[in-house]
Amino acid sequence: MTDQGPGADKNSNRQEVFISPTGAPMNVVQMAEGPQPQDFEVSLESLNQWQIAWRRFKRHRLAVVGTGIFGVMILLAIFGPIIWPYDRLALKPVTHSGGNPPGWMQNPRTLADPFGTDNGGRSVFILTVNGARLSMLIGIGTTVIAVTIGVVVGSFAGFFGGRIDGLLMRFVDFMLTIPFLFVILVMARFFGAGDPIVLTLIFGLLFWPGLARLVRALFLSLREQDFVQAARAVGVSDTRITFRHILPNALGPIIVSATLLVASAIVTEAFVSFLNFGLKATDLSWGNALASSQQYQIVGNWWWAFFPGMAIALTVTAINFMGDGLRDALDPRSRE
Amino acid sequence: MIKYIVRRLLGAIPVLFGLSIILFAFIHLLPGDPAATILGQHARPELVDAMRHRLGLDLPLWQQYLNYVGDLLHGDLGRSFVNNRSVVDDFFVRFPGTVELTLAALAFAVGLGIPMGRWAARKPQSFSDGFITVVSLVGVSIPIFVLGLSLQYVFAVQLHILPASGRIDPRLQVPYTTNFLLIDTLLAGRPDAFVDSLRHLVLPAIALGSIPLAIITRITRASVLDVTHEDYVRTARAKGLTEKRVDGRHIMRNAWLPVVTVIGLQVGGLLAGAVITETVFAWNGVGKWVVEAIEAHDYFVIQSSILIFALIFLLVNLVVDIGYAFLNPRIRYS
Repeated sequence: MTDQGPGADKNSNRQEVFISPTGAPMNVVQMAEGPQPQDFEVSLESLNQWQIAWRRFKRHRLAVVGTGIFGVMILLAIFGPIIWPYDRLALKPVTHSGGNPPGWMQNPRTLADPFGTDNGGRSVFILTVNGARLSMLIGIGTTVIAVTIGVVVGSFAGFFGGRIDGLLMRFVDFMLTIPFLFVILVMARFFGAGDPIVLTLIFGLLFWPGLARLVRALFLSLREQDFVQAARAVGVSDTRITFRHILPNALGPIIVSATLLVASAIVTEAFVSFLNFGLKATDLSWGNALASSQQYQIVGNWWWAFFPGMAIALTVTAINFMGDGLRDALDPRSRE
Repeated sequence: MIKYIVRRLLGAIPVLFGLSIILFAFIHLLPGDPAATILGQHARPELVDAMRHRLGLDLPLWQQYLNYVGDLLHGDLGRSFVNNRSVVDDFFVRFPGTVELTLAALAFAVGLGIPMGRWAARKPQSFSDGFITVVSLVGVSIPIFVLGLSLQYVFAVQLHILPASGRIDPRLQVPYTTNFLLIDTLLAGRPDAFVDSLRHLVLPAIALGSIPLAIITRITRASVLDVTHEDYVRTARAKGLTEKRVDGRHIMRNAWLPVVTVIGLQVGGLLAGAVITETVFAWNGVGKWVVEAIEAHDYFVIQSSILIFALIFLLVNLVVDIGYAFLNPRIRYS
């Protein structure tokens, strides 16, 4: 199953392929003959739920690669601007209209200007590295806000049900039907675009409804389960039931959607900035770099748009791979 | 069923009403004065005041809102401050562009996604299967506008194979009747213009269709694989039917439902994605129009066009939901 793509198709070949402790696929006959199956069984039983999930996650090669890339991007966002600081005045003389091509295009052995420069002589490498910080901060900040609101609203609705549920879910329905990109643009204009904190707040306030609906559905199904009924029967308080019994069991799907939210927030920021509705042109973000490069693309300076664009695409792909792996690893129904 | 449709339509009213209040509040509190925008920077203050009066902007906000809703209920969606054209008229000029783009993207995604999914499912775990799976995973992750810019750069700027932006070469001067250019050019009997508008459609449709393409490919693969293991497929093979017949009559017949469901679910996302695609390719549709209106503080255009867009979005989702019920007898709405 190592080279199998993640997703809904897992069930179809679960009967035929088993995974040995080393991760190599083996068939049933081999398992019956070899000594591995016993090791396999024994080691599994001594693991707790998170260890099992970690084990399953490690098996998912794309997810591991994605996590690695995402980790590098986070490190780049934290330390990149310190190692390669952006200096507004550090301009290289521009020899081509639209910026100098990457240094290695002329001389393969040089490390100067690996990503070329923009039309004003700023290094695209520095722009991309420094852009990572704002893009990541907005992505993660949005997710923190959206998950907090989503979990609170969803658990209230799911736990209490009845009128509160009806009211909250009507509101969620409303939020989900509004054309959300247009509303972001209007709000970005209204709240004074340019401030990354304002942008994060706008995204956070618009991104939570999907999560609230998910959390509500999880609560609705979990609160009827035997262990919750049992806890209630012995007189455990509502708060304790919510935090100790329901929320930990709902955590898997919440983590998966939170991961994917980071990606959509990063893309949305880039797009909104690309339309000049987002960050100020002087702030460094991937979207801003793309926005300013588009008008010069006619002169053929592909590097100016390519590297920031690749940074977005790579980050989002990495997060999606990670989310796919987490989905498989945290799914309580898959017991392997 | 009729009861369900009526209830959904009634449910749309508070949504649109709430949206109109939010939009109205935000738009009217936007920094910047449309009267000053219309008259230009150096207009005399008394002229600006007169303009504000003419546009009704000097009334209290609640009164402006009531006037607006009153007009709305009479079917008057207001006029643009910028060119004084009625919003309804402009909408019907712009909306066909969005529909054309959305349908082209859907055709691309379905036309390529289903064969790719079937191909991948034919030999699971093979190289081509793994390749298609990875490509579709990557395809779902690349943002529309990044892909759009790349396509534009490679195929239009560098290779000059396809046009970079717009819906048609303006020099061709085709009379617009429906504003669906593929139809208009045929009505005008201009095959050259038809081909030109088709060429303009290619890059935006690919950019917009890439995400649904990836999703449709994956679901087709999964769905075909699920059915392949069913007993009736084995029976069909055992009784000696040709592989082609097993594929067409036994596998695909049953694998269709999840695929069609997912295609329906993509339509809403495509409409939203069209907004993004239009801005990248300067495609004259609703998305580009609204973005321009927000930039120009064109109050009525922003409000009304977003409201119509929301209404269409709601109707599309309703049609998709009703479509399920017809396709899948196990679902019954009440």
